[in-house]
Amino acid sequence: MFGYYLRLAMLSIKRNPILSALMVAAIAVGIGASMTTITVNYAMGSNPIPHKSEQLFAVQLDTWDPNQPFREPDTPPDQVTYLDATALMKMAPAAKQTAMTKTFQVIEPQGEDVIPFDALGRAAFGDFFSMFDTPFLYGNGWDRDSDDSLAMVTVLSKETNEKVFGGENSVGKFIRIGGKDYRVVGVLDDWNPIPKFYDVTNGPFNDSEDFYIPFNLVASLELPRSGNTNCWKPSNEDGYQGFLNSECVWIQFWAELPTESEQEEYLNFLNSYATQQKELGRFPRPLNNRINNVMQWMDQQGVVQDGAKVVMWLSIMFLLVCLLNTIGLLLTKFTTKSGEIGLRRALGASKSTLFVQHLIEAGIIGLMGGLLGLFLAMGGLQGIAMLFGNDVKDLVSLDTTMVATAIGLAIVSALLAGLYPTWRACSIQPAVQLKTQ
Amino acid sequence: MEIKPILSALSRNKTGALLIALQIALTMTIIVNSVFMIQHRQGQMDRESGINEADTFILSYMGFAEDYNEKTQLIEDLNFIRELPGVVDAVQTNSAPLTGGGWSMSLATETGPDADDVGTAIYFVDDHGVNAFGVNLIAGRNFTADEIIWRERTSTKWPGQGVITKALAADLFEDDWQSALGKTVYISETQPINIVGIIDKMQAPWNGWSGVERTLLVPSYTEFGGARIFIRTEPGERDRLMTEIEEQLVANYKGRLIRRVRSMEEVRTDSYRSHNGMNTILKTLIICLTVVTALGIVGLASFSVNRRKKQIGTRRALGARKLDILRYFMVENFLITTFGVVLGAVMTIGLNMVLVDMLDLPKIDWYYIPAGMAVLWFIGLMAVFGPAKKACQISPALATRSV
Repeated sequence: MFGYYLRLAMLSIKRNPILSALMVAAIAVGIGASMTTITVNYAMGSNPIPHKSEQLFAVQLDTWDPNQPFREPDTPPDQVTYLDATALMKMAPAAKQTAMTKTFQVIEPQGEDVIPFDALGRAAFGDFFSMFDTPFLYGNGWDRDSDDSLAMVTVLSKETNEKVFGGENSVGKFIRIGGKDYRVVGVLDDWNPIPKFYDVTNGPFNDSEDFYIPFNLVASLELPRSGNTNCWKPSNEDGYQGFLNSECVWIQFWAELPTESEQEEYLNFLNSYATQQKELGRFPRPLNNRINNVMQWMDQQGVVQDGAKVVMWLSIMFLLVCLLNTIGLLLTKFTTKSGEIGLRRALGASKSTLFVQHLIEAGIIGLMGGLLGLFLAMGGLQGIAMLFGNDVKDLVSLDTTMVATAIGLAIVSALLAGLYPTWRACSIQPAVQLKTQ
Repeated sequence: MEIKPILSALSRNKTGALLIALQIALTMTIIVNSVFMIQHRQGQMDRESGINEADTFILSYMGFAEDYNEKTQLIEDLNFIRELPGVVDAVQTNSAPLTGGGWSMSLATETGPDADDVGTAIYFVDDHGVNAFGVNLIAGRNFTADEIIWRERTSTKWPGQGVITKALAADLFEDDWQSALGKTVYISETQPINIVGIIDKMQAPWNGWSGVERTLLVPSYTEFGGARIFIRTEPGERDRLMTEIEEQLVANYKGRLIRRVRSMEEVRTDSYRSHNGMNTILKTLIICLTVVTALGIVGLASFSVNRRKKQIGTRRALGARKLDILRYFMVENFLITTFGVVLGAVMTIGLNMVLVDMLDLPKIDWYYIPAGMAVLWFIGLMAVFGPAKKACQISPALATRSV
């Protein structure tokens, strides 16, 4: 029977080509617009490290100005000071943790005619790589001894390795970064988490870095930093040491805390540390230290922008208008068929058969609208990529989930929109209908 | 007017009418709020940065060689660029309006950690800053060459002079900007800065900041491991000089890396890229929505004409003129649309309240509501005109055919 209904539906759709095209177009435009914006929002809010997002915690210490919070409502700074970062690395009870910051340096490849290029680096502790599960193409990260002994080692991104070493295994070789020679210990495979959850402060949709070096080198070599820096209090002394001892926040701090008891212990430690520091005249605000797992952190930092959310809801309202439209058009269409329906009822077709048959017709229109809408969404995403440039290039691809969502949404919408008109069409009194012919 | 019979006919067939009214209400809600958001963003984009944007560009480089001497290299570069034919002036600076990255500090009229302070953007410039940026000095004087100090990356010392914008002066001195000249303000809680000059307008680097008009120029050369040089050319010479100066600088000294050469026009485009993008999205949405809603009304009106063929035929047979039929449908649609736009007005204000909350958008101006209502009325009437015309063509004979 299903096959027969499909044929009937196709016939009926062909009979009113303009009306059918209008319905398909209405659904397609609605699905296209809403899927474009839903996809962008979905990518912005996606979980960048699903298997570990509940074990990794961003650490916040409220060292800020007694007169005003870092951000309303009473949110502690998103980064920590150098004093606290080094203290936590020494004392805080986490199996793995890392302080990190962004650095900006020139890489000079060897050879006569190779041009130096500027590169963004991340200074972190050796546990960074295992905490964030970075994939390695060659070699490994560095160990904790290298952190402590200020070893001049580096891990390169795949791209940097290609630029400098032509993509071959460069482990053990030396690379000149910022005028100093570093020994390569590892090369990452493609790794570009979206959002870049471990450093949303410096741009949640930025690319991952070109190279990685031990964090302790930043202070010992006084490396140039390129990340966001915030200060509320003038520093007491001049020079690099003065900056390191200041209340400026510029370091991201993450800890891996797999169990609840570890999380509790860690937070307790932060609070007792802050209380201790209060005696030294630091931490002038009431105790307000926090640990946030990955998704809590994305939420607190507003990674999904409000503007994007608003556009998404507007386009969903637009889809609603398109559906109201489809309801109207289907009403029109099924009314013109009332003669046929009356006849079939009189010949013995039951209400439910007719209902199923017309619902199939609505479903087919939905499916066609959905498929067309999918193409429109692809076009829409291309348009967004063109409009917004680099910032969104990782947010504008449809994955299988989104494709399935689009088609599902289209069919459900069309069926919902089809229910009322179908019911209206099927409740025709055959006698009355036939009499008026 | 036959409003009463129309209403009673409508009450017997609520669905179609309700569908149209709802569509109109939703459409109005989206369109009016979108137009308001577009206008708001456009307003932000139309703000002037206060500097010359047509003939200017920024070049930034980073020194990396062992023999890179920041101080001598910078002075050499500045002298070289300023001498070039076609160049009006050039200045080393840490940032520029619209670039999105810069330095900010708090200023207060008293010393101490508890003094009321005002946040401001800071540009480090020398005595060529005013001329290179093309800003207007409206009171006081420019810096002199001997006031310029050298500033290292981690230095906390500030020079003793400053030039501020009129807006910053007004915020510091209770709206009396003229009184700021010659006064002392404090930076870093205790260090005095004497306000030697006031400029008309120069924006901070962050276009989304509420204090975007507050700017302080201080006389310093920076030693941050490289330089950012802002160059102003004679009209029409910019594009030529952008490539020429880059090539020349590379030729003059190879121990540095030219990172970026961007015209201020590019900087502006990049700065407002997301504003522009959002506006384009909203405009597209408005157009699609208008088309869809109009087609929907056409469809539903045709539906109601079809359903009432017999009735129309009867009326025509009983002496109604074509015009009466046309008027009937137009009035009916007018009533439905009116219901829709009234509902739409309420929903528009509701959505605006949500947006005010989410996006820090101002409240919608009252006149958007009647304007939106008028537009939707017009769209509604235009859309129903076709089907209504078709309805007049129904022949009276149709009424006699059966029943």
